[in-house]
Amino acid sequence: MELCSFLTLDSIITDPLTHDFMRKALLMSSLVAAVCGFLSSYLTLKGWALMGDAVSHSVMPGVVVAYALGLPFSLGAFIFGVGSVALIGFIKQKSRVKEDTVIGLVFTGFFALGIVLVSKIKSNIDLHSILFGSPLGISLSDVKQTIFISLLVVILLSIFRKDLMLYCFDPRHAKTVGINVFFLHYLLLTCLSLAAVVGLQSVGIILVVAMLITPGATAYLLTDKFDNMTVISVLSAIISSLIGIYVSFWFDLETGGSIVLAQTFIFLFAFLFAPRYGIFKLKKLFAGYK
Amino acid sequence: METINYQNFRIDAENICVDYNGKVALYDANLRLKPGQICGLVGMNGAGKTTFFNALTGFVNISKGKIRINGESVRSAQKDQTIAYVPQNEGIDSQFPISVWDVVMMGRYGSMNIFRCPRESDVQAVKDAIERVDLTDHLSTPIGNLSGGQRKRTFLARAIAQRASILLLDEPFSGVDIRTEKLISELFIQFKNEGKTILLSTHDMIHVREFCDLVLLINKTVVAYGETSEVFTPENITTTFGGISPDFLFGPES
Repeated sequence: MELCSFLTLDSIITDPLTHDFMRKALLMSSLVAAVCGFLSSYLTLKGWALMGDAVSHSVMPGVVVAYALGLPFSLGAFIFGVGSVALIGFIKQKSRVKEDTVIGLVFTGFFALGIVLVSKIKSNIDLHSILFGSPLGISLSDVKQTIFISLLVVILLSIFRKDLMLYCFDPRHAKTVGINVFFLHYLLLTCLSLAAVVGLQSVGIILVVAMLITPGATAYLLTDKFDNMTVISVLSAIISSLIGIYVSFWFDLETGGSIVLAQTFIFLFAFLFAPRYGIFKLKKLFAGYK
Repeated sequence: METINYQNFRIDAENICVDYNGKVALYDANLRLKPGQICGLVGMNGAGKTTFFNALTGFVNISKGKIRINGESVRSAQKDQTIAYVPQNEGIDSQFPISVWDVVMMGRYGSMNIFRCPRESDVQAVKDAIERVDLTDHLSTPIGNLSGGQRKRTFLARAIAQRASILLLDEPFSGVDIRTEKLISELFIQFKNEGKTILLSTHDMIHVREFCDLVLLINKTVVAYGETSEVFTPENITTTFGGISPDFLFGPES
């Protein structure tokens, strides 16, 4: 084919970079991936995967209302994200229903509200881009918001890095030595809501939870050091985003889905071949040959 | 009437009650411990042992009563790093990606700046603590690769590094090897001589007789409290364990 004749490895990488929207998408998705990857270490260790799913779905009505009112969509998303968690906590405390059930029913309720609102508010909301993300069509104001929120989350996580690790590991000790556990709990939730907000632009509401848990899970299989886990998590998230966007460009695939699939493949690779915790335990195999 | 100087007591819990969403976990519980005393906390599962610990550390709020730690509130005890809690092995995530050094360093967090940057003195405190529990060869070992006994010693080292004057230990002897058990009992004697106060929960009646000056038997409230030799009787133990004879539970007394 004619197309293939001029496709070298070099041009596979560089050709998409000639498009303005591709450069923007690659940059913004990498930033978003880095933020979500950073947070991911904490969420996987804390066991908050379901919470991540809940928050990311619950931001839907917030996004719709914010669009309709002409407010920054991150504001609406943030309010509904934190609100969903507060509601989950309230229902759990005041009823005998088990926590996972409460989480499930609250976030589907919020999500449904969002869908109903979209159908009622006839504005220029693109349901598809909210649900599945649109990193290629990101607007300038969205870029500004994303950069702002991302920096905020990275700064917060960096400052409270060690406290959050302690909170995930042993909250009782944290409390005993006078560290404000209540604050750390809500700090982590706030970061989760904010990360979900920026993440949904890349991969959409439905898949954003993958951005929040898969990189952390991958890193968890590859290291026994928390700091390394954070680095691996961030790197695997960024690499997945780049791979996903390139693949979606060349093969004309849904971008959000491609990014998440890339993450899943990296996880599976770690699951099979991680030196110590993989199925094939490469470390042992190699040790055997020595 | 004799006036009580609360300063004399390391722990002074007066008629404390704890309930979780209206469900009573502990009521009208009293405990007074002086420096250098070791007290055993004995009761069935769900008798409120962990709740008692949680109340003393401020991890749960008491709904009634008063707790004074060195004559002050629980809040200021937290600020002053007065209390160290050594969790049960089952109470922690052993797969957490963290090394012995990092766990012990967490004992210093409360007295560090907001970024938790270790100072020279913190590093020294951690080194010393790890040496005292004989884990110097395992500084960078992930806790997941430790034995149950080594993991227990790691958390003891954290309490030592914290330089707390009160140690709360949840089942310190469960699931540990002989070597660790010996090391822990030696440490207890050292702690006692240093004037530290120890409250430990245990299922093992032999350990109570061996280490504890005092014993607190609880079953949602205090069943009996006092000198081990006086209070730790078969009758009291039977009451504590809901009518089951201690012979049946622990074998006949030798």
